[in-house]
Parts: sequence; C-alpha cells; structure tokens
Amino acid sequence: MKTFDALKKLIDVIDDQYIVCNLGQTSKELYHLKDRPQNFYMMGSNGLSSSIALGIALANPKLKIWCIDSGASLLMNLGSLSTISFANPLNLTLIVIDNGVYESTENQKTHTNHKTKLDAIARATGFESVFVIENREDIVPTFMELSPGSHFILIKTESENVDIPNISLSSKNIKTRFMETIAKSNK
Amino acid sequence: MKVDLKIYKIIKDSGIDFITSVPCQLLKEILKIIDDKNEIIYLPVTREEEGVGIAAGAYLGGKKPAVLMQNSGLGNSINAITSLLQYYEIPVIFFISHRGGEEEPISSHIPMGKITETLLGDITTKYWNISSNKDMSQIKTAINYSNENKVSVAILLKRSLWSE
Repeated sequence: MKTFDALKKLIDVIDDQYIVCNLGQTSKELYHLKDRPQNFYMMGSNGLSSSIALGIALANPKLKIWCIDSGASLLMNLGSLSTISFANPLNLTLIVIDNGVYESTENQKTHTNHKTKLDAIARATGFESVFVIENREDIVPTFMELSPGSHFILIKTESENVDIPNISLSSKNIKTRFMETIAKSNK
Repeated sequence: MKVDLKIYKIIKDSGIDFITSVPCQLLKEILKIIDDKNEIIYLPVTREEEGVGIAAGAYLGGKKPAVLMQNSGLGNSINAITSLLQYYEIPVIFFISHRGGEEEPISSHIPMGKITETLLGDITTKYWNISSNKDMSQIKTAINYSNENKVSVAILLKRSLWSE
C-alpha cells in the first residue's frame, strides 16, 4: 500500500473531524485529495503534529481530532506519546503513516526500517487502543469500531516517489480558516 | 503575598487558561499552585518544544496558552517558536526562569544563561526582565503587548526575584 492509497481510504472515514496533517508528501496528498477548512497542514516544525493535535483536543473535548503523522516525524517527538497517554483525551486519534523512509529527501531509511516498533512504543507509553494496518481493506473497518478514547493507528506503507505540487495556501490562510471553523462549531 | 502567588494571580487575571511546562527549581512553587488550584488546564510535558506545539494547538482551539520553562528549554524550542509560532502567527506567552545568571549554583547553566537574551533578540521575540517585586507590573505589560500585537513574548524571571 502506498501513502496515497491509505489516504484515499481515510477520506472515506472523514466526517466532521479536525485534522492536523504532517508536512511533506502526506499534507500535499491530503490537500489535493480532500482540502477542507478543518485540515491544518503543519508545514513548519517537523515532529510537532501530534503535540498540536493534543492541544486542540484538550481545548475542545467535544470535537473529534485526528493527527495524520508520519513515522519519521513521530520518531522526532516520541515523548509526545507519553504526554498524550498521560493527558488521555477521549477525542484524539493519532494515525501514523509509516513508509520507513524520509521520502522528501531521497529515501534515507528511518529507524523503523530496523528494529524500532512504533506500535510497541505506543503501548509501552500507555496507549490501550493500538492498531497496526498493513492492508488498505482494513482501514475503514478499523475506524468503524473505534469508541471514544485516545487511539494509535499505525498504517504501514511503501514509498511512492510521486511528484505532487505544493500546497497553494498561505500559512495565515490555513490557520485562519481552521480557527474560524472551530469557533463556529463551538457556538 | 509571596512572589509565586502574585505571578499566579497575574497569569489567572490575564485570561491565560492553558499551560504546559517542564519544571525548574525556581518555578516549583508556581507550578504547584497551578496544579493545586486546578483553575487552568495544565499539562506537564516531556520536552519544551513539545510544550510549544501543544500550546500552539490550544491557541488554534480557542485557548490563551502559556509555556513555563527554564531558559535551557528555550534552546530546545527555537525551531518550534520560529517555524510554528511565527510562521502561523500564533502568540504564546513564555514564562522563562533565567538560570545561569548571578549566584547560579550549577555551572552548567552559565553558557545558556549568558546568551538567553541574545537568543530571544535573534528570534525577534520581545522580552521583559523581572528581577524584583517592583518589576512585577511588567508581566502584565508583556501579556498586553502579546494580546495587542498577536506575537509571542517572553517574561524572564530572574533568580533575584525569589531572594528578596
């Protein structure tokens, strides 16, 4: 399964979730597949997508928050798993799409290509709801059975090396429309 | 009133309603008050830049966030402050205990202590030095500056504040 295939399946499950999406290929593909004001494309500080999503989730317990992170990005901020588990929001699903490489910079291998198991780390930090998905057919059914809680869903993909145009929104635009949509939903 | 309670009251009255922190010896009493009073969403984090990310998310979600940390944590947070907070124009109030200054008992704090103000200048983050009780009103000034200009600010809490 390629990242693009995984995202196409995820889109079938998207309803009213607010999504923080990590930079690079993942954000660009999500933007071109299904742009919406509820998508926050995190284009600057690699590693912090799950932290930003946690902040949104704690600030808005009634909203459903997704983080679509990458394996390499999560490796930069493993402490985030520990903090999410401690805070234990009932409205946060952390989806990690791991292709095992730094695809945007010529496919250098990440440590998940060796012995590191992100799902085992998630369990060890206290996540009780952990899924590993290797076939795209399993994506939709997995999401259908989620109950309120903090979930960790690892989707294993292969690198695809396709050339996707950049996101043509300014950072200010991404932020403003995201915040306005949240403010409206809280009225 | 003790310094720590005064700072807490300024934080509370300013409308800050979300705090992340990594502890420091100088901040221990303030953090205890925040935790005990339970009036502000408070989350201890594993590393300062993670705290900046969570604070940014809280702002996107409608909160008014602050990060409490030591100046060593400023070093850990530079990219988060520039590539996240500045890039998306997200204001966060930083309360930073300034270690490595006068009467610092732990020498490893000195290198970062020396460059803390320069570093804040380099990342164009305005800061206010709070060295004694008489500087306390400057905290409100800093927060007002952040509110009016929608930028992050740093409040540098000096060791002397606690030794008066």
